[in-house]
Amino acid sequence: MTVAIIDYGVGNLFSLRSSLSYLGIENIVSGDAAALQKADRLILPGVGAFGDAAAKLRESGLFDEVKRQAAAGKPLLGICLGMQLLFEKSYEFGEHQGLSLIPGTVEPLAPDLPAGSGLKVPHIGWNSLNIIKDDPLFKYFTPGAHVYYVHSFYAKNCAASTLATSEYGITVTGAVRRGSVWGTQFHPEKSGAAGLSLLKAFTEL
Amino acid sequence: MISKRIIPCLDIKDGQVVKGQNFQGVRAVADPVELARFYNEQGADELVFYDITASVEGRGLFVDILKRVAAEIFIPLTVGGGIRTLDDFDRVLKAGADKVSVNSGAIADPSIIPRAAARYGSQCVVLSLDVKRVGGAYHVFAKGGREDTGKDALDWAAAGVANGAGELVVNSIDTDGVKQGFDLAMLDAMAARVNVPIIASGGAGTMADFAELFRHPGVDAGLAASIFHHKQVLIPELKRYLKAQGVEMRI
Repeated sequence: MTVAIIDYGVGNLFSLRSSLSYLGIENIVSGDAAALQKADRLILPGVGAFGDAAAKLRESGLFDEVKRQAAAGKPLLGICLGMQLLFEKSYEFGEHQGLSLIPGTVEPLAPDLPAGSGLKVPHIGWNSLNIIKDDPLFKYFTPGAHVYYVHSFYAKNCAASTLATSEYGITVTGAVRRGSVWGTQFHPEKSGAAGLSLLKAFTEL
Repeated sequence: MISKRIIPCLDIKDGQVVKGQNFQGVRAVADPVELARFYNEQGADELVFYDITASVEGRGLFVDILKRVAAEIFIPLTVGGGIRTLDDFDRVLKAGADKVSVNSGAIADPSIIPRAAARYGSQCVVLSLDVKRVGGAYHVFAKGGREDTGKDALDWAAAGVANGAGELVVNSIDTDGVKQGFDLAMLDAMAARVNVPIIASGGAGTMADFAELFRHPGVDAGLAASIFHHKQVLIPELKRYLKAQGVEMRI
């Protein structure tokens, strides 16, 4: 079992890599299509702005490659911005096309938060994750355990693929799945034992 | 519901954890990696590491410690101390930091905030400030709290957030090390000015001080060092106590 962390020049991959190694899971960080093809699982990481990340994914030639491998049924996990990229479209500073592996859109949190709630954006911190639809991803996860979020945009119009949510004045999409494509808005590699349990389960799917 | 965060802070000098009172008389208390492991097991929500070393050798030791911590502890790690350039950001991010805190570096060159936010994202940039009452106002102090910059702390924080800081660590020099409670009046004033998470620092002495802190809704996290290092307050006990008082906690 080898997990490939897709390297397209976005974000800090140190923790993700360390967490897989800590779990004893063989892993590589690569932006090379052939190396990604050899891996058994793919993780699409990402921080920063959607438009920049989507552009870098295209420039690196991996946009279509990731779509192809996901379509062929290779398990793929998108994390944080990597999850947002799985959707069709984002409205972060304009309108940008995503990978369209999961139906839905990515939209700003701020206008949707209840007025006068005093809730801050970004949504930063530990929030409890409520399971909506059971999934093998949650094999070792205790429903309601806290996971670590850092984001200002969130996935909408994706009820059919939503596995888990968190409450932040509104219901925030926490984890999604469509076929062999999974995504988490929170960072499993920063969510302590609860987060590690999800990474472990992903490699056993 | 989002939980309030409990954050132990590790000041590191020459590879050892230290904690002084009112920024003076630093003394070593433990091995940083061992202490980080202990706090993770105790349920700390995040760890803050400040590098208070001046020497090049000390700086190398600090990066080594950070790498060792990040290889086995999977909660957010914030790193500060001596961050003045984007190269400094790079150095600690590559060693496993998730967030980088700037303090004196931003006073010396405020453009570090927007430049770092543009490169790494606001979620990565933490503005840390040492605040002390001067006359009827709150001033920002530099050089570990020894020098009054004359800057108004509320204006300084608001400008930092407008320029891209995604979080604030607000340390009160007036209450730091005194263990008589957090500086609630100052924190309220700060929360009224910014809409990013505020990590309160300086003054925690008892569990009741944290309960009082979290009655102020603008505060997101409580940071402390010596009371945790000396086991005067144990994190699991503190979290259960706060939860019983209705504070949302990750347990």
